[in-house]
Amino acid sequence: MASAREMRLRIRSVKNISQVTRALEAVSASKVRKAIAAVTATRAYAGKAWQVLTHVAKQPGRESLHPLLTKRPEVKNTLAVIVTGDRGLAGAYNTNVIRFVARKFDHYEHPLHFIAVGRKGRDLMIRRRKNVVADFSNLPAAPSFMDVSAIGRMVVEEFLEGRADEVYLIYTDFITMSRQETVVKRLLPLEVDGSDRVEEYEAKAGPAAAYIYEPGEREILDEIIPRFTGLQIYQAVLESQASEHAARMIAMRNATDSALDLVEQLKLAYNKVRQQTITNDILDIVGGANALAQS
Amino acid sequence: MTIRCEIVSQDRMVFEGDVDIVVLPGSAGEMGILPHHAPLLTTLKYGFIKVRQQGKEEIFAVAGGVAEVQPQIVTVLADAAENIEEIDEARAEQARERAQEMLAKGVPADSDAYLAIEAALRRSNLRLDAVKRYRKGGRPNTPGEN
Repeated sequence: MASAREMRLRIRSVKNISQVTRALEAVSASKVRKAIAAVTATRAYAGKAWQVLTHVAKQPGRESLHPLLTKRPEVKNTLAVIVTGDRGLAGAYNTNVIRFVARKFDHYEHPLHFIAVGRKGRDLMIRRRKNVVADFSNLPAAPSFMDVSAIGRMVVEEFLEGRADEVYLIYTDFITMSRQETVVKRLLPLEVDGSDRVEEYEAKAGPAAAYIYEPGEREILDEIIPRFTGLQIYQAVLESQASEHAARMIAMRNATDSALDLVEQLKLAYNKVRQQTITNDILDIVGGANALAQS
Repeated sequence: MTIRCEIVSQDRMVFEGDVDIVVLPGSAGEMGILPHHAPLLTTLKYGFIKVRQQGKEEIFAVAGGVAEVQPQIVTVLADAAENIEEIDEARAEQARERAQEMLAKGVPADSDAYLAIEAALRRSNLRLDAVKRYRKGGRPNTPGEN
């Protein structure tokens, strides 16, 4: 058994750890709230942009579809955007994303390349020898739309220049503090027709009337679709950040609890050692006194 | 008779209300939208959106985007929009100087950095223009300008 002095040091260090993890838990909790507020703020634009898109898609006498809306008959290359965190210590958050990617894409029928958003995902993908073509790590804690718009531009470019025939986005959806779910969403080609959202919108607004376009339908879609794609990525990044912080918060809470448990156990052991030492000391004195009395 | 007007940017709802007229900086020229306008979709230039509500006028600086007009509602999807009363003149001035400095140092054209700096420069120019033209104490809003 360790000496009493060693045990005292150990107890003190475990207590310190519990204080650090508790502080990290509080920090993560406030970051979750911020990320969620930011996601909520984007919903107004996303909803409106979607309305306009469905509206345009439903136009009578519409010419051929915009390239960003057109499904390619033959898919040769697939691009996947993987959103993870830059930091660990968040429970299973990062590994869950990578495991999801492995499940979906490890035996995929088309050649794949990846864009990594987040350092952890990038490192894990590279270690698995995946073809990572771009890396957007170290995003600021509360990114603005400007901070992530480059990702959207790159995705649209890859698609339009034929290096990718379909683009998927993998991120972590924030459901509750204790529940986050890794999901995949197809970014491009954007699916507008046949979506239940179109019918939902029509039910509310009635069938779309013919529009006057200024300058032209093509130019307007050129403006809206890339922005909408960018916005979807922005929302995914915010959702993922909320999930990451929530996962970290729970992980830190568990760590604090285990640290405090450990402190209790160590205290018990320490007290036993201490008492044993006192008993030994008394036995020594009594033994010594008895020996003196006998002589 | 009013028309609903909603101005949203990617990260927030900027304006929402029932108004008498909306003036948009359309890519083909300024246009005034009254209630019962025919359905219209237009891209927007960098410029100013003016909404009039019972004789009271509010002006928003908008950095491009798209507007959808329907008989009862005008929806503006702006890349960036703000009420000109919210503009921080000193900050816009700084941003402009910073952007000009960076461009003067030389950035490869058509790189992402160049586009970002150019966009920042255009935004700060727009903001400063807004302050000069419309802010109280600046040049009065002359009628017939629209």
